[in-house]
Amino acid sequence: MSGATKRRWRDVPLAVAMLGPSLVVLIAFVLYPLGRAVWLGQQRCNVQATKCRSVGWGQYTDVLMSNEFQSAVWVTVKFALITVPVGLALGVGLAVLADKHMRHIGFFRTVFSSTVATSVAVASLMWLFLLQPSVGVLANIGWLNDIFPVIKEPGLLNDKGTALSSVAISSIWANLGFTFIIITAGLQGIPRELQESAFVDGAGGWRRFTNVTLPLLGPTLLFTTVVLTSRAFQAYGEIDLLTNGGPVPQQSTTTVTYLIYGSSSIIKSNEGLKAAVAVLLFVILLGLSALQFRGLGKRVHYGS
Amino acid sequence: MALDSTPKGWRSGVRYALLIVMAVIILFPIYTTIIASLKPGNRVLRNPLVPDSFTLDVLGDAWTQGRLGRYLWNSAVVAVLVTAFQLITSIASAYAFSFLRFPLKRFFFAIFMATLLVPFEVTLLINRRTVDSLGWLNTYQGLAVPFLATAFGTFLLRQVFMQIPKDLNEAASMDGLGHWGFMREVAVPLVRPTLGALGLFSFLASWNQYLWPTMITTEDDMNTIQSGLRLLRSSDLDKPNLIMAGTIIAAVPILVVLVVFQRQLVRGLTAGAVKG
Repeated sequence: MSGATKRRWRDVPLAVAMLGPSLVVLIAFVLYPLGRAVWLGQQRCNVQATKCRSVGWGQYTDVLMSNEFQSAVWVTVKFALITVPVGLALGVGLAVLADKHMRHIGFFRTVFSSTVATSVAVASLMWLFLLQPSVGVLANIGWLNDIFPVIKEPGLLNDKGTALSSVAISSIWANLGFTFIIITAGLQGIPRELQESAFVDGAGGWRRFTNVTLPLLGPTLLFTTVVLTSRAFQAYGEIDLLTNGGPVPQQSTTTVTYLIYGSSSIIKSNEGLKAAVAVLLFVILLGLSALQFRGLGKRVHYGS
Repeated sequence: MALDSTPKGWRSGVRYALLIVMAVIILFPIYTTIIASLKPGNRVLRNPLVPDSFTLDVLGDAWTQGRLGRYLWNSAVVAVLVTAFQLITSIASAYAFSFLRFPLKRFFFAIFMATLLVPFEVTLLINRRTVDSLGWLNTYQGLAVPFLATAFGTFLLRQVFMQIPKDLNEAASMDGLGHWGFMREVAVPLVRPTLGALGLFSFLASWNQYLWPTMITTEDDMNTIQSGLRLLRSSDLDKPNLIMAGTIIAAVPILVVLVVFQRQLVRGLTAGAVKG
């Protein structure tokens, strides 16, 4: 054995020991299930999912063309179109508002960051208690109900026109702490001299914001957009706790993830269809991240 | 600092007004939750905005009836297990990819990176079957094992390891330090700040898991705090103050963690850049 070959193989036992554990977990719980889901997606199973037989790859097309799937995709897209821009705008607004050396600013920063400590279950239950029509806070404030009767009857979470937006508001609130912290960190990374030279050049507050701050915030905004979008597409807990995918029969808040896992999902006892929807969700998310990095990546200024 | 020299009085007044309005809006759900959890059951629907009566009984009831102590303990066990293992497996695999020579290295690295593209929501369906066939439903293994390794952590640490000059590693091996010694003396101390961020990120991600524990837990004893809150919601909607008390109890531990690890927070949150 030549020296070079020997060196090439010398580390192998150690490499096996170091990579082995990670590889086993990643293959068993990420790659295998992905492959298995693709296979299961063309099968039909009995209710206990003990017996499955192949019914052909056409099942994917069937799912894709089904009203249930298309409606879930549409609901998910609407949910993202509400939560991402509003969440981002609020995050930027709060961060800019609190990015000043003033008295008590530390207190406001703590408040604006606070929702980062809430899990999806904690945040959703807080909002459930606000929005619920019988025991909820808003329903027990008299004058508010006179203006917006929908709060009491049928309830913001039970009305097909307001259910999705209500879930979205709770979701925006829950993510706001995260968005605020990230954007504040981004703002602090912008060199003060740039702001100041723009100030000396006579640029007003708004001009400074659009011409200096916003472009230099590009990478941070891109990152936040990507995270918020993927969170919107994977939203599950808030829907499970607030609306259970309803109100029925329109399924106004059944997102794609809820369609797969929800306890009142229409396909809850059909493993094959669930797998097919999961695989299609994977494809959608892949396409989405490719799109975001291409489209937004071009317009992002990676400052020094 | 020209920009921060005292702005005109009315401007800073407007800014304060906006800050206060936003703070009130953001704190509103937290405020109503705290108020409700401190009111006896028969008062909770009256004046939901005013703290007109005070009791700690509801918090006590939520703790005992809701079995929140047990759930918090389960969450802590799982989150600590997941965090510890993710740190160890990430250090090991990142080290292997950075400093060891072995065939098919690029191929294996590509496998690791490919797993980053697969979201949990796609795999959990099948993972439930795997965990079931291993007899791990309602166990700590079942809750933790699928998340014991992370390509994301591997990637993050590898990026820092790659900045260590190759000569340093070779010099160390000539000195007879060996890989173990080099890892302990040089590599790990160098990534310590990254480990802090990664650790916090892993802990939060595991603690906040909602879907997975609700999927594999059928026995009450094995609920995590998140799936336990779901249980509390479905059983006790006629006692809203009990649910709100449970919510407060569930939120406190993570609040403490965040205050203690404040310094790691921003890096821990941005660390998610890759995984999203």
